[in-house]
This record gives sequence, C-alpha cells and structure tokens, in this order.
Amino acid sequence: MIEARGIGAVLGGTKILHGVDFTARPGEMTVIVGPNGSGKTTLLRRLTGDLDGPGAVTLDAAPVAAMPPRLLALRRAVLQQAVQVGFPFTLREVVRMGFEAGHSAHAPAVVDMAIAEVGLSAKADHFLHDLSGGEQARGHLARARAQIWQPVTQGRACWLFVDEPVAALDIGHQILVMEVLRRFADTGGGVVAVMHDLNLTAMHADRVVLMSEGRVLADGPPEAVLTDDRLSAAYRSRIRINTAPAQGPWLLPQMAGRG
Amino acid sequence: MTVLGASAPIRNRRAPARLPAGPVVAGLAVLLVLVAGASLSLGASGILPWEMFLRPLNPAETAILFSIRLPRLILGALVGAGLAVSGVLMQGLFRNPLADPGLVGVSAGGGLGAVGAIVLGGALPAGIHAVTGMYLAPVFAFAGAGITTLILYRLARLRGHTSVTTMLLAGIVLGALANAFTGILIYLADDRQLRDLTFWGLGSLAGANWVKLAAAAPVLLAGLAVAPLLARGLNAMAMGEPAARHMGVPVERVKRGAIFAVAAMTGAAVAVSGGIGFVGIVAPHVLRLAIGPDHRRLIPASALFGAALLIVADTVARLIVAPAELPIGILMALIGAPVFLWLLLSRRPGTVM
Repeated sequence: MIEARGIGAVLGGTKILHGVDFTARPGEMTVIVGPNGSGKTTLLRRLTGDLDGPGAVTLDAAPVAAMPPRLLALRRAVLQQAVQVGFPFTLREVVRMGFEAGHSAHAPAVVDMAIAEVGLSAKADHFLHDLSGGEQARGHLARARAQIWQPVTQGRACWLFVDEPVAALDIGHQILVMEVLRRFADTGGGVVAVMHDLNLTAMHADRVVLMSEGRVLADGPPEAVLTDDRLSAAYRSRIRINTAPAQGPWLLPQMAGRG
Repeated sequence: MTVLGASAPIRNRRAPARLPAGPVVAGLAVLLVLVAGASLSLGASGILPWEMFLRPLNPAETAILFSIRLPRLILGALVGAGLAVSGVLMQGLFRNPLADPGLVGVSAGGGLGAVGAIVLGGALPAGIHAVTGMYLAPVFAFAGAGITTLILYRLARLRGHTSVTTMLLAGIVLGALANAFTGILIYLADDRQLRDLTFWGLGSLAGANWVKLAAAAPVLLAGLAVAPLLARGLNAMAMGEPAARHMGVPVERVKRGAIFAVAAMTGAAVAVSGGIGFVGIVAPHVLRLAIGPDHRRLIPASALFGAALLIVADTVARLIVAPAELPIGILMALIGAPVFLWLLLSRRPGTVM
C-alpha cells in the first residue's frame, strides 16, 4: 500500500501541490488524471521520491525517503516520461540494467520475456536511440518490467509507477501497454499511472484521482469520478460522458453511411 | 543539440556487431606487455628484452634499465591508465563522450595546484612539509583538479540537467582562469623554480625516477581501484540521475566517487607528467566502438589501452628526434585532436548533447 498525507511541492517558487492525500492499493490500477499543469506529474515525482517537499510517502507503512535505493528498487520500478540514454546502449542492454537492479536477477530469461511482452523482440539488438519514440517508450517499460517482473515477492506486493506510458503510442500499442499494466495489477501488483487519455483510463483504471490546480478534485472508481460535472470543472470545458448500454446492440451515427 | 544538421534517425538497423569484451581485454593486456618490453629495450642504448634474462648486464646497462627506463615505463603506464579511466569516469558523469579532464579545465586546475606547490612550497609552514613530504605536488594537484571538477559539475548542472554546451564553455573558462593564476605564480617564481616549471610544463615523462613514481603511484592506484566500483552506477546514470536512483543506484555516492577518482588520477598525472591531453578521449572512444559502452568492461579495457597508448607515445617521443626528446603532450595532441573532431562530427541525433 502506498500512502501519502499532506503532500506539497514547490517548483521555482510556485506552489504546485497543496496538501494532497493519496492512497494506492495493491491489486489495483490507480490512475491520476487532470488537465495540463494540474500537478499530476509533480504528484508522481513526490510519490517516487524524485522531488522533496512537505508530507511523507510510505510504502507498507515504511517511509520511502528512508529506504535505501537498493532495497526500494526491488519493490518498485518507475517509468518516467521521455528518458534519454547518453551512450549507444542496445535495447537488450538497457532492459538488462533494469533486470540486474530488480528482484528477478536469478532468472535471466526475464530480459527476453520483458522485451517480448512489449512486442520488441525483433529489435532487441538495435541501439535504443535508433528506435522510434514509441518504441523507446515501450523499451523503457520493458526495463521497468524486467526490474519488477513478479507482481508479488515474498508475500508483498510490488509496484510500477508510470508517467504517461501511452503518450507516444499508436492505438494498438496503447492497448498493449494498458494490458501489460492491467495484468500486473490483476496478478497482485500495484500500478500508479499518470494518464491523459480519459477513455483508456475509464477502460482500465480501478481508481481514478482527478487533479485540478494542485488539489485532488475527486478520488474513487472511474464511474464515480469521470462525471460530466467534475470533468467539466477540472478541464474548464463542457464534457459529456456517454456509456454504452449493458445489453442490446447499439451504434454510433458517425459510423453509419448511405449505402 | 545535434551538430551540423544531422540526418533523421536510421530505423530498423541492428547495432553493429561488437567484439567480445573478454578477449579484447586479454588482447590489450598482451599488447601492454609487448609494448612495455619494446619500450624497455628501445632507446639510445639498445638492450634486447630477452638479453635481460640470458646474459648478465654490465653496470651501465643495469643503471639505464632499472634507474631510468623501468620507473619511466611504470609511471607512463600508470599515467596512461589514470588519464584514460579519468576520461571514462568524466564521460559517464556528464553522460557525454566528449568530456575529458584535459579539455574541460580539470588538468589546468591540477596544473595550478602543482605549480603552486613548486613556487609557494618553500613559503609553507614546516609542519605541512613534514606531513606531505614528497607528496606535496601531487596533493596540491589533486586539490586543484578536485576543486575544478566540483565547480565544473555545479556549473554544468545549473539548470537541472547536464548541458554539454555549458560544460565545454564552463570548462574552457575554468581552464583559462586556472592558467591565469598559474601565470601569476610563474611570474613570481625564482630562477630555480622556473627551471623546474619549464621541465614540468612540457608534458613529459623525461624526469621519471623511483621517487616520483613512489609519490604518484599510490594516488593513481587509489583512483584506479575506485573506478570499477562505479561502473554499474555509471551505466544506469546514462539514463539520467532519477532513473539511476530508481534502479537502486546511490547516485550521490557514485558522483562523489567519480569526482574523487578523476581528481586523484588527473591531479597525480599532471603533477608528474605535465599536461598530456586526449588520452581520456581517444582510448574510451575507440573501445566504445569495439566493445560497447558498458562501464564494467570499458573501465578495465580503457586502463590497459591508455597505458599501452602512453607507453607507445613515450617510446616514439624518445626515439623520433633522438638523442633529444619530443614532449609527449605534443604527440598525444597530434593523435587526439583529429579523433576528437571525428567524434564531434559523427554525433548521432537522439543522444544527449
């Protein structure tokens, strides 16, 4: 369980987060959404320890800031946005780095399995910087997965923190990545994701945290948080949610044409 | 930043095949032994390597071999290894293959320390001499190189990320500043100190002897011993400090270790051999192409290659204008400058600049 109480953050003299409370449970995918500048990524950076500020973050009741990086790396992996690699490492070498830092270091097959999971087996021996932006993003996801391959180790849940994991991806790979994260949560691990795509969020999230101007506007299951009023208020535009009926056929008029 | 409007990334291309690191390291070790043997036997007085074992040497030959060539050989090997590994560590720290202690003012800072020790040494309290003894110049050079590295690292990371433009320019400024202070010290120096400074400043191993070796070797060896411990951390730091931290690397400790090792090795190398540049660029660059950027292999391979490179360069410097000697610094610049230019112009898009 990840718990954070009264999380604040100041960047360049501006208060970005105002006393945010946050909880994420294992076995669930917790998705942080909100408009640009609402503090989503800043909240994630506070949760992962990349940023200091008021308020404490705990993992299973132990303060994260006090845990040695070596041990923390066995429990959780972090996928940042747009990581650049300074030297000509191949995809496999980068994934191997995650693998060696993680908790499956006795099972070398994990490297290739993690690469296969994101659909990049054919490019394992390419230089990472020769791959497209979307392929690089998936490559770094494979690195995070190779680090935290088992959702549960020694009876304790492991965690993936991901910042906009599908931002650079086409729709097919968006679904692939969301399913990788979903499977991880379904098998007992915990996922905390920052997302822009509200549809993918509605499809895959167990819990949604809606941020607005550095505060949590709503927190709960997708159907409770993703409502017309709340989204309209957060995104400052008129938003209407539609749901497909649970039973019976339905169609979208946009999909119809004159035969 | 890309250089000269580099073309679009080439996709669907496998990385070029790399040589297996184990045999390459073994081959470099053999190479080092061969060039060491050649360096011992070549010179104004020729002694073939196997003659040392097959026949008793006359006193003159013994003196040449054990009092002149052997300390010079060992010092050259240690300085070469130290400079090459300093280059690797600096490049890893800055996530940039263009970083080199000689280029970014660290050597100049070490030089300032060494010159300070030579010129101001007499004015220091006797207590300091009692503590440092013959280590005075290496200790001062270490301090100078260390302070320069720290300032450089702070400057290059002012905006939260390491920018190569800031780093190179800040390095040039720091180097110029260090050279200006060195100039003031030289201006203050008396005739005897000036003679010491001139010999030192040429960048040469010519004055090598057992005493110099005993002063520099522990510092160089300490740096070389620390370097391999940083390899895994530097690998992860290629993806930036936060990513490295998330992969369990104690980033601050790795950074401190790298700065300490670079300052120790560069400082000691500068103190005993003056300004020898480009070893830290050439050796790691060639080896990254051959065996890849993994620091766990790059560090030992660079140490062996740097040692062999400097021994070859020193031997050539001794022979090419015999009986005079060419300063080895000139020779390394002639080899290193074109390699640096090639490196600068062949930068790929998408890599950190």
